[in-house]
Amino acid sequence: MAKPIAVYNDVHKSFGEVEVLKGIDLEIAPAEKVALIGPSGSGKTTIIRMLMTLEQPTSGTIVVDGQYLWHMEKNGELVPANEKHLRQVRGDIGMVFQHFNLFPHMSILENCMVAPINVKGVPKKEARQRSVEMLEKVGLGDKLDDYPSQLSGGQKQRVAMARALVMRPKIMLFDEVTSALDPELVGEVLEVIRDIAREGEMAMVLVTHEMDFARDIADRVVFLDEGRIAEQGTPEQVLENSESERLNSFLSRFRS
Amino acid sequence: MTWNWNYVVESLPAIFQGMWITLGLTIACYLFAMLFGFVWTFVRRIPWRPLQMIIAFIMEFIRSTPPLVQLFFLYYAWPMVPYVGLTLDPITVAIIGLGVHFSTYIAEIYRSGIESIDKGQWEAATALNLSLKDKWTKIILPQAIPPTIPMLGNYLIIMFKEVPLTSTIGVAGMLHMANNFGSKNFAYLEPLTLVAVFFLVMSYPTAVLFRKLEQRMNRRFDKNNPTGKIDKGVVT
Ligand SMILES: Nc1ncnc2c1ncn2[C@@H]1O[C@H](COP(=O)(O)OP(=O)(O)O)[C@@H](O)[C@H]1O
Ligand SMILES: [Mg+2]
Repeated sequence: MAKPIAVYNDVHKSFGEVEVLKGIDLEIAPAEKVALIGPSGSGKTTIIRMLMTLEQPTSGTIVVDGQYLWHMEKNGELVPANEKHLRQVRGDIGMVFQHFNLFPHMSILENCMVAPINVKGVPKKEARQRSVEMLEKVGLGDKLDDYPSQLSGGQKQRVAMARALVMRPKIMLFDEVTSALDPELVGEVLEVIRDIAREGEMAMVLVTHEMDFARDIADRVVFLDEGRIAEQGTPEQVLENSESERLNSFLSRFRS
Repeated sequence: MTWNWNYVVESLPAIFQGMWITLGLTIACYLFAMLFGFVWTFVRRIPWRPLQMIIAFIMEFIRSTPPLVQLFFLYYAWPMVPYVGLTLDPITVAIIGLGVHFSTYIAEIYRSGIESIDKGQWEAATALNLSLKDKWTKIILPQAIPPTIPMLGNYLIIMFKEVPLTSTIGVAGMLHMANNFGSKNFAYLEPLTLVAVFFLVMSYPTAVLFRKLEQRMNRRFDKNNPTGKIDKGVVT
């Protein structure tokens, strides 16, 4: 395996008294597509939110592209990261949320341009061009000046992907990005993710309940159960040939 | 006692003179309250419990004491306090007294505006790696401010109506001037009626103005949002 792009090392997370992640060890290779599956409440969202720096691990370390995420080295010692350090490492990571979280006071083009301009100092003209290209790629080239409230859920989610992609992250995180959508809109969003995945160079971690989709695009499927990684392997190993009772009873809920 | 139009005309110059003081003082108090409201709002956001509790207590204290008592305290009692005591002129006392009093209400408005923003907005801004300054100026405040405008307008009118309280510490505002004029001539009906009419004449257009501003804001959102649907991140 090439030098991993992200490494979780014995990561624990508690909310108050409740330990929701009980020692996560996980390595993600560059360009690897990882599907994260598991019952509701098993800690999937928390795992990726820690990588996005939205939730701080209680203990353990996360390394992104060779750099500690939540720690920094000072006089040879590991100390908690400050915001400056977080900002520097976070630049490699992008995320798409279940509820889109578009900025409602900005047109969809502005939604895409705000970060390249203000975070990366990309000149306005170039940011615009990159954003237009990305919005065209997700099939919204004719909606540049629309506002989020004018779009369907599927369209909103495609804008959210374009907005994250213009920042050119090395890892993209997807948290159940289709589960807030009407069933007839799920397909268009999965199609876009499939396209992105095919292009290859970006690592992706997808929390999903779409098992066929996971089988289709994932290099590896990770099954999370009660805050631990219970099974992992190729889609065939995990989704079809596992002996684990917990996993099979979980999977049986998705078979009709 | 009959209504005397000549007397009305005679009293006008004094009342006008007081009116400028009242208006100027209202605006000064309001600006002070808006600025100081920011201070409360941001100090309160510092994530340190003891400080938050102290600030909450002070704000509650200021809010539950009558503004008149606060003015009297600042004007008459403050100069006698050892070491920190200061004698201030009536206008300064008025600006600080009413300004601080109302800043606690204004701070509450700011807070409600900021807290009405979904935490997903903050998270998306973090995911895009925006700086703290950009999060505030580009994402949060542009959404938080417009809905607070009608409430902020209300407070301008409320403050305008409280400014005559400062007459008690000798600020020569409209009420003060009318009262003096009345006592000189032993006839209060005309000057005091004029004061009431002036207050109405000022308050009403201000209220209308803010209503227009609010409608303007709404229209701005309408243009963005011809379907009239409100984006709560929910499915269509
Ligand atoms: N901010 C929070 N405060 C308290 N408990 C939380 C918080 N976020 C998540 N949890 C709890 O942590 C557990 C794992 O949540 P989550 O990572 O969202 O699971 P999943 O995404 O697999 O459904 C759940 O029991 C959830 O209630
Ligand atoms: Mg979840």
